[in-house]
Amino acid sequence: MSVADVGETLEGRTGKPPRKRARRSGWSTGYLLLLPGLLWLLVFFVAPTIQLAATSLYDSAGSLEAGYAMTWSFGNYLDALSTYREQFVRSLIYATTATGLALLLGYPLAYAIAFKAGRFKNLMLMLVIAPFFTSFLVRTLAWKSILADNGAVVETLKSVGILAPDGRLLATSVAVITGLTYNFLPFMVLPLYASLEKIDPRLLEAGKDLYANGFTAFRKITVPLSMPGVVAGTLLTFIPAAGDYINSELLGTPRQYMIGNVIDNTFLVQLNYPIAAACSVVLMVVVVVMVLLYVRRAGTEDLV
Amino acid sequence: MARSTQDSRASGADLSLTSVTKRFGGFTAVDDLDLLVERGQFFALLGPSGCGKTTTLRMVAGLEEPTAGRIDLGGKDITRLRPYKRPVNTVFQNYALFPHLNTFDNVAFGLRRRGVRDVKNQVQEMLDLVELSTYGERRPTQLSGGQQQRVALARALINRPQVLLLDEPLGALDLKLRRQMQIELKRIQTEVGITFVHVTHDQEEAMTMADTIAVMNHGVIEQIGGPMELYDNPATTFVSNFLGQSNLVAGQVLGRTGDELVVEVEGSKLGVPVDRARQTSGRVWVGVRPEKVFLVSGGTSTDEGANVLGEARVIDVSFIGVSTQYLVRMPWGQELTVFEQNTGARERFGVGDSVDLHWTPAHTFALDASQDARAGDERYEGGLATAGVGT
Ligand SMILES: Nc1ncnc2c1ncn2[C@@H]1O[C@H](COP(=O)(O)OP(=O)(O)OP(=O)(O)O)[C@@H](O)[C@H]1O
Ligand SMILES: [Mg+2]
Repeated sequence: MSVADVGETLEGRTGKPPRKRARRSGWSTGYLLLLPGLLWLLVFFVAPTIQLAATSLYDSAGSLEAGYAMTWSFGNYLDALSTYREQFVRSLIYATTATGLALLLGYPLAYAIAFKAGRFKNLMLMLVIAPFFTSFLVRTLAWKSILADNGAVVETLKSVGILAPDGRLLATSVAVITGLTYNFLPFMVLPLYASLEKIDPRLLEAGKDLYANGFTAFRKITVPLSMPGVVAGTLLTFIPAAGDYINSELLGTPRQYMIGNVIDNTFLVQLNYPIAAACSVVLMVVVVVMVLLYVRRAGTEDLV
Repeated sequence: MARSTQDSRASGADLSLTSVTKRFGGFTAVDDLDLLVERGQFFALLGPSGCGKTTTLRMVAGLEEPTAGRIDLGGKDITRLRPYKRPVNTVFQNYALFPHLNTFDNVAFGLRRRGVRDVKNQVQEMLDLVELSTYGERRPTQLSGGQQQRVALARALINRPQVLLLDEPLGALDLKLRRQMQIELKRIQTEVGITFVHVTHDQEEAMTMADTIAVMNHGVIEQIGGPMELYDNPATTFVSNFLGQSNLVAGQVLGRTGDELVVEVEGSKLGVPVDRARQTSGRVWVGVRPEKVFLVSGGTSTDEGANVLGEARVIDVSFIGVSTQYLVRMPWGQELTVFEQNTGARERFGVGDSVDLHWTPAHTFALDASQDARAGDERYEGGLATAGVGT
């Protein structure tokens, strides 16, 4: 507050125009408004992250009861990576596939809501959000019965020959990826919808006037203008999907386990905090690096 | 006029609309419209807001399908042709520049869609033409209104369309830039020789730029002609009021002497050339432009054969530099407008002075009396009071 006061008296003396003063106090107000957010981040993000990073370097021979010694054991990372390489790779493959599928399903859906739904627009948006009214766990369990061995889906697939007579969906990669896709689809659809909705239809008319047929206009105008939505949607889908463990837990078997399951297990069952922390840090770093590369490639000038 | 589509198409008419109608639900936006635009013309479509100008252009561009009628371009029926297959380009009312592309790519858009080679040189040439050569890298949001307008023009013009449609492209610009761009547009049109159809609701803009003007009102064309013809010899009360101002007084045709109709107006006999009369018998509106009228002190004798309306009283005088605008009240209560050039040779009058109005019959026109004398007069249609000429 005092900074603003000083500024005000100073300007009062030099008699600067009031507009400038308003801008000045707006400037410091901006920083004041940032303060709660920064504090929140400091307490709930920065501090835990530092703690996590520290934990990952503790001596893994220690235990909760005996306490851990800080031995800067970078070996924890080698241990984590070599033991759980499979789950790491699987997480990335599953999350990438689910994100791709969500984009494939979500883009037409968002497009239809934005341009073709007419008066059903709000209803359709409601339906996209509706699953959030029940818990993540319940929704995933529902998929367990949808994909069950004697369920309608499996029976149908068997009768048309897509699935072998003794084939199953549950406890396979397909089930886990389906679950991931389903659970994170709204995170894809909503940002896509928001960016498609913003597109001025007159731009498409201008495109047609300039010799672009419907498909070319879509490719050259709609798609680039919806890129911010694509980037936001894929990030919002990929990041949580990569760290998820509910879908692989409920719809898969240990053979479908992702790194989330590993972290869950090492933290809560094995109580091996250093290794669990190392896995978490690796996941975080990998995701951040991938996101940065992706955002750089997708050319997100318009995101900012 | 515009009816003989068949003949004119043979004689090099580029664009022709025949009985084109567009309805939106029950609302008729364009009503049985006929229009001919000759090759290489600068054609203006002039009319008040909501009269159907944009709708007409959109039908030519293919962005709207006519409910009825046909559109031909260079002798070919294009009524149902898809917009991207028409050799027609549009400068949109709001520019509609692609925000994700820079100036260069915006201008190159049409060429690339048609797979034209040599895009780079052509775009550079076009940017030179609109004086934006150094702005190729900028996005539309980094350009001023006038620059955006020129990008929109370049983006359409580079395709060398058979007809370029311009939908109030200068609407968003301030007056000075607007005048500048009008000259610029006219220069470019002369240079490239492409047919321009320019939509505007600014009568001055239409008159300074166009070879031919079509005045449109409520979805129909009131009159088509050159700027001077429209101004000097308006066909309807709407045209007489929308293009400049007019004094219209009610009269009764008495008869005819030689090439002149004799019309009685409140006891005075006025002459109207027969070829300037849209109706030659019964009740008519007798019209004269305010600057064609001279004021003299009440009772002064005037030239033999002049049209005279006497016993008027000056009720308002506004001096605006080059001219003085008088508002006078006639004995029958109607208010008329007179513009006098400030040449210094003419007598000046003050409020309350008794004056006579006189003018040569050759400047008089007569219109069908069944029309509303106030149609197209912005003093009334704009909701302003009857007082004051200061428009
Ligand atoms: N898609 C539409 N649906 C319904 N009515 C429409 C539609 N487009 C235009 N109209 C109506 O048709 C009439 C003519 O519209 P148009 O856009 O052609 O006017 P305009 O002459 O271009 O006016 P302005 O000078 O304001 O741009 C208007 O009354 C408008 O409300
Ligand atoms: Mg319009």
